[in-house]
Amino acid sequence: MIAENFNYDAPTSLEEAIALLHQYGDDAKILAGGHSLIPMMKLRFASPTHLIDINNIPGLSYVKEEDGYLKIGAMTKEVEVEESEIIHAKYQIFMDATKLIADPQVRNFGTLGGNLAHGDAANDHPAVMIALGAEVEITSKDGKRTVGIDDFFHGFYTTAVEHGEVLTEIRIPAASGNYGSAYHKAERKVGDYATAGVAAMIQIDDQGRCTKAGIGLTNVSPLPFRAKRSEAVLVGSDLSEAVIAQAAQYAAEDCSPSEDLRGNVEYKRHLVGVITKRMLNKAISRAKK
Amino acid sequence: MTKKITLKINGAEHTMEVEPRMLLVHAIRENASLTGTHIGCDTSSCGACTILIDGKSAKSCTILAVQAQGKEIATVEGLATAEGLHPIQEGFHLNHALHCGFCTPGMMMRAIELLEKNPNPTEEEIRWGISGNLCRCTGYNNIVTAIQWTSAKMQGKELPSTEPKFV
Repeated sequence: MIAENFNYDAPTSLEEAIALLHQYGDDAKILAGGHSLIPMMKLRFASPTHLIDINNIPGLSYVKEEDGYLKIGAMTKEVEVEESEIIHAKYQIFMDATKLIADPQVRNFGTLGGNLAHGDAANDHPAVMIALGAEVEITSKDGKRTVGIDDFFHGFYTTAVEHGEVLTEIRIPAASGNYGSAYHKAERKVGDYATAGVAAMIQIDDQGRCTKAGIGLTNVSPLPFRAKRSEAVLVGSDLSEAVIAQAAQYAAEDCSPSEDLRGNVEYKRHLVGVITKRMLNKAISRAKK
Repeated sequence: MTKKITLKINGAEHTMEVEPRMLLVHAIRENASLTGTHIGCDTSSCGACTILIDGKSAKSCTILAVQAQGKEIATVEGLATAEGLHPIQEGFHLNHALHCGFCTPGMMMRAIELLEKNPNPTEEEIRWGISGNLCRCTGYNNIVTAIQWTSAKMQGKELPSTEPKFV
């Protein structure tokens, strides 16, 4: 399969990339890892007239803790997250998630920024970012602005990134105290989208009370979904078995999956309940270590 | 609207005039006439087109040729030298790790990066490591055995038996 023809530019600075976006107008697309965009172009679901490859722009790829945040450069590849020492030590949710994203070759190219900017509720990082309470830095010719993850996803393939803007950094409130996180998705085979996926983050004080909770769901609603009722029942609780069961039930009730080849609505709700319970328990046991 | 690019494949430079939409796998097969890299699914699912770009395994059906400008590309044709087969080729050969052979070039290129990063992988790590490569003949067992054999060979360890196992 061959994409429709397009012009290709590979700028070496962000300023140049943004200038090209303005020059070419709405038909220009940013090329990051390309492993969502190029397949769409080959199928001719997308036919941009200009591709602006930002892989040659230095300084957009890093994982570091700074100013109370875990900061991830938008062009950081999945494999770089998978192999990062900070991630191994404190943010195991990414170890869970990256392992389940596509396959090793794709993870050598796919980027975290691209995964979010693609704006697909079937991708895994949106739910992870919701659970972790991330914010996203967007750069334009007027400077930088920050958007909370709850305001980032606008619709199918649509996000807060406007024309002429580039997603440049993802910021996650740094892990502190007894902090644990976990992710799992049910998939039919390697590389498939989730039948259902759940991301969970838990923070516990020294008395065993939950002080912070985040739950994001993958591919069971039109937009990446925050399970608010589940979070509310967890925060302030002692995280007893009954509370966790209640949180899992709320997540299953509140999501809005649609029937497809991966399963019917009832099955997907059931999966959300089961995985929510498991991920909460996993996050709690990691928090207590 | 074509672009002039130079691809460095297995150490040799290939200069070509390509449309930006040309996929890297087509540039390798058609312009550089290196047909060892296969096109299987053409949707980045099967891994038959796996090559190394700057040492990283990549599905060349989902990368544009223009993106590979200036990068070091390695394909199956570059594995054997005048001295003989590459250990991964030897491993696949001795352990009967192929039937039809279509997936083999991609499988070997992927295994090379896997062993580079993790010289002594467990069986699970091997299976997880080749999860982006499909084989419809072997049932994978002999491929896993071949990679284990190659791991031993590359580390100078005692070599496992290559007698066929009947299970």
